[in-house]
Amino acid sequence: MGESHATDARLSKPLLEVEDLRVSFPSRNGPVEAVRGVSFTLGRERLGIVGESGSGKSQTGRAIMGLTPPHARITARRLAFAGTDLMQLSARERRSFRGERIAMILQDPKYSLNPVMTIGQQITETLRAHSNVTRAVARDRALDMLEAVQIRDPARIFGLYPHEVSGGMGQRAMIAMMLIADPELLIADEPTSALDVTVQLQVLAILDRLVSERGMGLIFISHDLRLVSSFCDRVLVMYRGRIVEEVAANRLNDATHPYTRGLINCLPKIGEDRHPLPVLDRRPEWAE
Amino acid sequence: MAVVETHRPGDIKPGRPRARSRSLAAASGIGRFLVIVVLTYLGLLAVTFFIGRVIPVDPVLAIVGDRAPTHVVERTREELGLNKPLIEQFAIYVRNVLTGDLGTSVLTSNRVIDDIRRVFPATLELATLGTLIGAVFGIPLGVLAAVKRDSLVDQIVRVIGLVGYSVPIFWLGLMALLVFYARLGWTDGPGRFDIIYEYTITPVTGILLLDTAMAGEWDAFRNVAGHLILPSALLGYFSLAYISRMTRSFMLNELGQEYIVAARAKGISESRVIWRHALRNAAVPLVTVIVLSYAGLLEGSVLTESVFAWPGLGLYITNSLQNADMNAVLGGTIVVGSVFIGLNLLSDLLYRFLDPRTKRR
Repeated sequence: MGESHATDARLSKPLLEVEDLRVSFPSRNGPVEAVRGVSFTLGRERLGIVGESGSGKSQTGRAIMGLTPPHARITARRLAFAGTDLMQLSARERRSFRGERIAMILQDPKYSLNPVMTIGQQITETLRAHSNVTRAVARDRALDMLEAVQIRDPARIFGLYPHEVSGGMGQRAMIAMMLIADPELLIADEPTSALDVTVQLQVLAILDRLVSERGMGLIFISHDLRLVSSFCDRVLVMYRGRIVEEVAANRLNDATHPYTRGLINCLPKIGEDRHPLPVLDRRPEWAE
Repeated sequence: MAVVETHRPGDIKPGRPRARSRSLAAASGIGRFLVIVVLTYLGLLAVTFFIGRVIPVDPVLAIVGDRAPTHVVERTREELGLNKPLIEQFAIYVRNVLTGDLGTSVLTSNRVIDDIRRVFPATLELATLGTLIGAVFGIPLGVLAAVKRDSLVDQIVRVIGLVGYSVPIFWLGLMALLVFYARLGWTDGPGRFDIIYEYTITPVTGILLLDTAMAGEWDAFRNVAGHLILPSALLGYFSLAYISRMTRSFMLNELGQEYIVAARAKGISESRVIWRHALRNAAVPLVTVIVLSYAGLLEGSVLTESVFAWPGLGLYITNSLQNADMNAVLGGTIVVGSVFIGLNLLSDLLYRFLDPRTKRR
């Protein structure tokens, strides 16, 4: 994972600064805070965010993208991308960042690809939204991109509809769609959770290579602690909208927070016979 | 690594066998389609035939009158073939209908098919305009309401829809005539045209807007249009109420899908997200709704046609029913049923055309 050690001038300025990010949704019993004061900075590195469902990890990713539902309230002391304060941007300026500088991969290609548009249309659409390329150029770039995500027969896949390809193929098309405009930061929200185990590794390998080759920053959101620690440089552990611990991925066993330890202890070990099975301890005071 | 990657058996669905089965599937699909249409049509004919036999209107008495002597009644019964076995009568009936013979109307003493050829275009013209108005205004309103959900705009669109749904059309029609025709004089009154144009207009298609335009009779055209405005606006309003409500709910469903999040994540414009992504998906069920509401209007909206003295199918069937003119009623029913079967077929085809997931099966 060379890019985190690279002596790049761009590294002097962090790619993403998040300080005291809060996302709350109005409800009948007052606002519900999904993200409650998350702070971290990110260089051109791979950051993992783990947590159970409802821990606010996905909402953190969507807030950075600017894709929080309109009825939600976002506040942050600082939310800056490459020095630009995202909170100050108009909706139009924010949109110009999406896809071109920050992109996001969603969980399940079965739902995240438009069923009535061909894969090719959906890939070229990203490119054409951000640059003034002709249809033919966009097509060529999309075919190159499909090849980059290791699709054997790009020209055929280009004309297919999402329901005509497998889940692994769909997720590769998704990656192609999100990376074609060369973003600097990629947020991958459970990118392999909906795939078969055998396909998961292939898709991860493709993602791994592309992130390294293009020197992108990566936020990898997952509930799978082991997967995240093998894939990322640093791991943030979230619990009830807060970061409870930050650990270097290779020092996961040195984690001190009881919640993180609990998550680690949940993982079964081959040949081990544990009774009773450990239950994750959730204490409200950790979320304070 | 690349070598390993290229051999993914389950990943690419094999192309060849699918291409062959695609044309096979298409063929059997058309075959099944035809069988369904034929069966539905036979069912329709069976229903109209048996209704014709069980209703307490004796077609013989309707012709000869109830004072005719017995031998006249008997002879007429034989001439009409009513003494034959039912199944044979049904076979004759089917053959007659298929050759366009729907019998003779007692009321107008024309062949029913000729009567319908005269009245149906009036209904067709009105229903088509009404549906066009409903779709052209209803779809954008529904989209707007869904996009601005729970805002003032949404509330207004919902009220418009609610009023269209709940206010009786005959009342609204009378009010419209009263205000726009009687008081303001902005439009023309009931009927399809003023009596002075009776002999200037030669019906070719029966769609008078087309007929007058083709003949270059622009005075008559203006008059016909003036008469069409109110009833078609009224029908348009009612179909708008329905279409906008359905559009709103289909759009809300689509806007909540993950592919919308993905589309926004790509940074494309919001209008493209709404019209190109969400509405294109919502269009699939919407087409069925619009086509079926069009079919509903083609039955002839009796109330609208009565209020506006519109010589259409609805008025014709109602008049015939009140005069126990069973050939005309059943003939009209067959036409309405055929229109329904035809439009159902059309909506199925459009559905297949719009949704790639239903093709190639």
